[in-house]
Amino acid sequence: MDKIVIIGNGISGVTAARHIRKNSDNEILIISAETEHFFSRTALMYVYMGHMRFQDIKPYEDWFWEKNRIDLKFDRVEDIKTDVKELVMKSGSSITYDKLILAVGSKPNKFGWPGQDLLGVQGLYSFQDVESIEENSKNAKRAVIVGGGLIGVELAEMMLYRGIAVTFLVRESKFWGNVLPEQEGQLISKHIKKHHVDLRFNTELDEIIADENGRAKAVKTKDGEIIDCQIVGLTAGVSPNVAFLKNTNIEIERGIKINKFLETNIEDVYAIGDCAQFDQGVNGRRNIEQVWYTGRIMGETVAQTVTGNKLAYNPGPWFNSAKFFDIEYQTYGWVFANMQEEEADFYWEHPKGEICIHVVWDKDTGLFKGLNVFGIRMRHDLFDKWLRDGAGVDEVMANLSTANFDPEFYSHYEKEIVDQFNKETGRNVELKSKKWWRNLIGS
Amino acid sequence: MVIFLIGLAIFTTTPFLGNVKMTEAIMIESLNEQELINLEVPLKEQLVDKEFSTTYGFSRAFIAIYNAKNDELKANEEWSMVMWTKPGTVALNLSRASNDGVVTQNKWLFFFLTFGLGIIGPLFYIIVDLKLKGPPGIKNDGIYHDRATNRGWIGVLTGVWLVTFYILLYFHPYIMSDAISLTDPVKGLFKEGAMASQWFLYGLLYCISMLVMGVRMYIKYRHNKYQIVRTTSVLFFQVIFAFLLVEILPLFGLPGRDLKNAMPLDYTFLYKYNIQELLEAGQFGMFLIIWGFVLSIIVVPTLVYFYGKRWYCSWVCGCGGLAETLGDPYRQLSNKKMWAWKLERWLIHGVLVFAAILTVFVGIHTFTSLNGVNDGEGISTIIGISAFDVRDWYGFMVGAVFAGVIGTGFYPIFGNRTWCRFGCPLAAYMGLVQRFKSRFRITTNGGQCISCGNCSTYCEQGIDVRAYAQKGQNIVRSSCVGCGVCSAVCPRGVLKLENGPEAGRFGNEGPIVLGNDGFQLNQ
Ligand SMILES: Cc1cc2nc3c(=O)[nH]c(=O)nc-3n(C[C@H](O)[C@H](O)[C@H](O)COP(=O)(O)OP(=O)(O)OC[C@H]3O[C@@H](n4cnc5c(N)ncnc54)[C@H](O)[C@@H]3O)c2cc1C
Ligand code: SF4
Ligand code: SF4
Repeated sequence: MDKIVIIGNGISGVTAARHIRKNSDNEILIISAETEHFFSRTALMYVYMGHMRFQDIKPYEDWFWEKNRIDLKFDRVEDIKTDVKELVMKSGSSITYDKLILAVGSKPNKFGWPGQDLLGVQGLYSFQDVESIEENSKNAKRAVIVGGGLIGVELAEMMLYRGIAVTFLVRESKFWGNVLPEQEGQLISKHIKKHHVDLRFNTELDEIIADENGRAKAVKTKDGEIIDCQIVGLTAGVSPNVAFLKNTNIEIERGIKINKFLETNIEDVYAIGDCAQFDQGVNGRRNIEQVWYTGRIMGETVAQTVTGNKLAYNPGPWFNSAKFFDIEYQTYGWVFANMQEEEADFYWEHPKGEICIHVVWDKDTGLFKGLNVFGIRMRHDLFDKWLRDGAGVDEVMANLSTANFDPEFYSHYEKEIVDQFNKETGRNVELKSKKWWRNLIGS
Repeated sequence: MVIFLIGLAIFTTTPFLGNVKMTEAIMIESLNEQELINLEVPLKEQLVDKEFSTTYGFSRAFIAIYNAKNDELKANEEWSMVMWTKPGTVALNLSRASNDGVVTQNKWLFFFLTFGLGIIGPLFYIIVDLKLKGPPGIKNDGIYHDRATNRGWIGVLTGVWLVTFYILLYFHPYIMSDAISLTDPVKGLFKEGAMASQWFLYGLLYCISMLVMGVRMYIKYRHNKYQIVRTTSVLFFQVIFAFLLVEILPLFGLPGRDLKNAMPLDYTFLYKYNIQELLEAGQFGMFLIIWGFVLSIIVVPTLVYFYGKRWYCSWVCGCGGLAETLGDPYRQLSNKKMWAWKLERWLIHGVLVFAAILTVFVGIHTFTSLNGVNDGEGISTIIGISAFDVRDWYGFMVGAVFAGVIGTGFYPIFGNRTWCRFGCPLAAYMGLVQRFKSRFRITTNGGQCISCGNCSTYCEQGIDVRAYAQKGQNIVRSSCVGCGVCSAVCPRGVLKLENGPEAGRFGNEGPIVLGNDGFQLNQ
């Protein structure tokens, strides 16, 4: 029986622990310095906004861990002595391991801006960040948020809920510009403005200005404009949380270097989730993946390896989702911000401008490559199958009604979408629809 | 809000605004023969022409006299003279007839001051949300920061008010005599000069609460058509079937019945008086009897098979209707813990068994007595237990305390579906069908769940939806009433209420969630 120690109780570490327990009787210990129990990081905003209490974002009840013989330790790992397989803890104690899984997550990026460590300047990542934002928002009138991505929008929503005005500085010319194509970027930008966010494109932070108490009181942009504010939110992406590993033998670049078996350069030490950096991207993906789902998949995978069934990381077709204020977003396969050479695409937008769909396929072969949808829900399993089986774009378009995952009675737009698709592409797709009585009994 | 509070305050003070003076004429008119013989003398001595400033004072005095007389009769074993009507009921009738306070003199005015203000106030409050809360979408902001909806003091106070209201309504209606008289003019709209009973007051209040809070639902979920359609349906069935038809049918000499109320939720269906009355009502009555059986034995399970129990619980049912409108702000308060689920299974199936026993007892009694066994008294005692006792226990414990006081009174504490989740025998019955033989499920969308917990938090039935969704499993649970709110609040589009083939109903069965190709385990 091995003693398997996992550093980090986020989605990747916890998934690994659960699956190790499923497969084996090994001793399992999870260490975290953030909170005693696993919580859903993606739901932090809802706690601040009063949708839920902290206890509601814990996916498992507190008795779960003991019942499944997963030991927990609330402490910080300061150093790892890989030669003697020992962890040095902040509390002064030390812990030995047979196998070690690093699932230590990320940290918000700070790009060396003057004033980035002032009071009132913070990111949104950890439980502690939410506590401090609670503190910082007490007397705040305006917040400046730097970096237009998903976490930035969530932070903006949070601020507005407390009646704090928001100025949003985005370096690119459109929202989430490195991920979303032009049209979607515009649609979301419009929606964000509708919520009274002062959204500034092509604007970069130059420095944060302090008051006499070392608190942020304003920011200065690269254009020299000064914006008074009491909170500065730094949400320009995240990077692997690896500073504490600098003096260990474990190889670090931007993240913890691993091969496709999630193994580091040191035997019996693995890395998964946000903190991991593959020596080369797997299945055409980036070599650092910082989303919930990839953390989960890596956790499932590493659990096999450490319990004797060596398995390579092999994620299926890419998918992701998010919500921008009131608009939900889902994506399946790859839709890049800029179309690739060999790609063709089709974009449809509802006249009210809050629903759209963007389909991409291979110009020559008609192979379906990916889809973005806003304001419509789509079936993951169906797109997964299409992408895996190499379905053509015509097949996808013809079956859009089946792929729709919106609640019952919602308005459907597949007809309009396919009509416009045929008109614009000269293709001839016939939408397959259900008989009314089949709708009635839902078969 | 202020307007609402004024209306509420006036409503709450009505019990103190009475002015009761029973004249001899009223006494003679209101009491039946037996009661008159028993009570005329002591009443004349102690009550007639005496003034009371509240109906409560009057009724207490009356009940004391009534009970004393009854005790005396029982002690003397004069069984034929003992009065079996509940003294509270008689007291209510007398105080209704003798009340001459401000309220009863100005019924329309007070009706406006209570009901009117109580409607206008909240409507204002709700309609400004259209602007205040911004564009359509899920707006659960601050629910756990609001003392009305996080079990804070406002919630507790609301609960106390509701519980008091229910206790008075069920057990001491005479205290509310003035409030009941407010609704006389409305009752009068159906039948000239008719007097409202406490159940009329309750029914009216029920419908109005549902309508006003229904408007709130329309606004809150204006982006979600499932919610809009469902709310419309539930309002329709409450107002038309449970309220208007019940009032209107008697005008045509037909029995006023709620056609949608199915056994065993409607536990009085097989009671002798009910069946007798229906039998006497000719064809329409016969239709109601047959409909009662067909509804419970054929219609209910068939529809549950095709659509899940939601077709009843959150589309038709009155209890569900109140929970989905008035109760919607409290839905997050239902307990999601494992122990609550265990308790739920014990309690609700316990009530189902209890209700089944009741049905058998009462059924045998009614059937035998209508067939003339024991001189038409029927068999009322089976294995030494009296059908009347079972009836009374059930009526008290389940009908009044569980469904009313705890079920609705504790909305702000335990959430809005306590009765539906822990107590309703019809829900238990449909739940068994839904769990084991139905096409309904909540589909989980592959691997998209981020374990955020919104679905579990806002499930009024306390189902830990996330526990299934994060594993890629579908939600197939007997208690799900298909309100669709888990699906509405999910920020990642993970949940969809669907009917479909039974095969594959449970979704992902393996440990690995969609998105990981490293495994062949699931195939
Ligand atoms: C606000 C926000 C919203 C997000 N929304 C989405 C979304 O909608 N969809 C999506 O796919 N992704 C989303 N993400 C990203 C997603 O949450 C992360 O990718 C995921 O949580 C990473 O999980 P992890 O297990 O790798 O690391 P983490 O969850 O970061 O866990 C690492 C843990 O290790 C602990 N730790 C680190 N070092 C030490 C040490 N030395 N000693 C002890 N403990 C240590 C940390 O304190 C932390 O608790 C969001 C992230 C944030 C911040
Ligand atoms: S599981 Fe969903 S649909 Fe069912 S009762 Fe709970 S919230 Fe409503
Ligand atoms: S609300 Fe949606 S994303 Fe959140 S836990 Fe439930 S199913 Fe998962």
